[in-house]
Amino acid sequence: MALIRWRTGNDVISQLDHLQHEMANLMAAYQPWAGGGAETFRPEVYPPLNIYDDGETFLVRAEVPGVDPKVIDVEATADTVTIRGERVLPEAGNNASYHRRERDSGQFRRSLTLPKPVDNTKVVATCTDGVLELRLPYAEEAKRRKITVKAS
Amino acid sequence: MTTKEKKELEVAEKKVIAPTAGEPTRAGVMYTPQVDIIEDPEAIVLFADLPGVKRDAVGIDVRDGVLTLSATVEPLPSTWQPMYSEYQVGGYERRFSVSDRIDAEKINAKLENGVLRLVLPKAEAQKPRKVKVG
Repeated sequence: MALIRWRTGNDVISQLDHLQHEMANLMAAYQPWAGGGAETFRPEVYPPLNIYDDGETFLVRAEVPGVDPKVIDVEATADTVTIRGERVLPEAGNNASYHRRERDSGQFRRSLTLPKPVDNTKVVATCTDGVLELRLPYAEEAKRRKITVKAS
Repeated sequence: MTTKEKKELEVAEKKVIAPTAGEPTRAGVMYTPQVDIIEDPEAIVLFADLPGVKRDAVGIDVRDGVLTLSATVEPLPSTWQPMYSEYQVGGYERRFSVSDRIDAEKINAKLENGVLRLVLPKAEAQKPRKVKVG
């Protein structure tokens, strides 16, 4: 199981991480066809994840082609989300032979820690066209609030 | 969990199609979809992973012995700011040579859970036939 940890501190590891990402960005800038400057991390555990944010909700997306949405299991706590599932490929018959075999089958399990607490009672998970989408709204206490300044 | 330990699914990195000569003919990054190609006596069946592709965004073209598979993916609305990324999103394209053993008129395609299943039936003359000795 893999956990993504968010480093926001000022420690040396954060600094090194930052430097590494900067380097990756620099490299990507010279290969615009390879990603156009957006930093992409190398995933170690299936499925690779993308995380988006609209100021109120986190959107976690994973490409899971060929995985039956019914066998995907999602669990969320206040700050972690775990995805589990299995990809089963159709068996080729006895009279069949493979010309190419690039697709793989197997089980997967992945957890990630979110940078802010979420309201785990309002998490919505969908899987459409082989893309798993988790919408995790910020917890009330993590929402941005306008505070009126009172004149004394 | 079953008693038998099952294999863990591994990450397969998406392969970017690098523009060969000159400018790419399409805007945006294109990827090579992963495929399985299985042949049985009746047909050749191709499975291609096309996550995020809608049914009407798949193009299948057969001409001069080349089957071209292409697909586009709609980008997310810009209100979603990317904050962490492990994969890139883009279209798919891949070419396969097909012999005249295939009956191009009868190719059948189905898209389910982001997987395209393409059945390429063999031309009648190519199917194995039992000949009875009279």
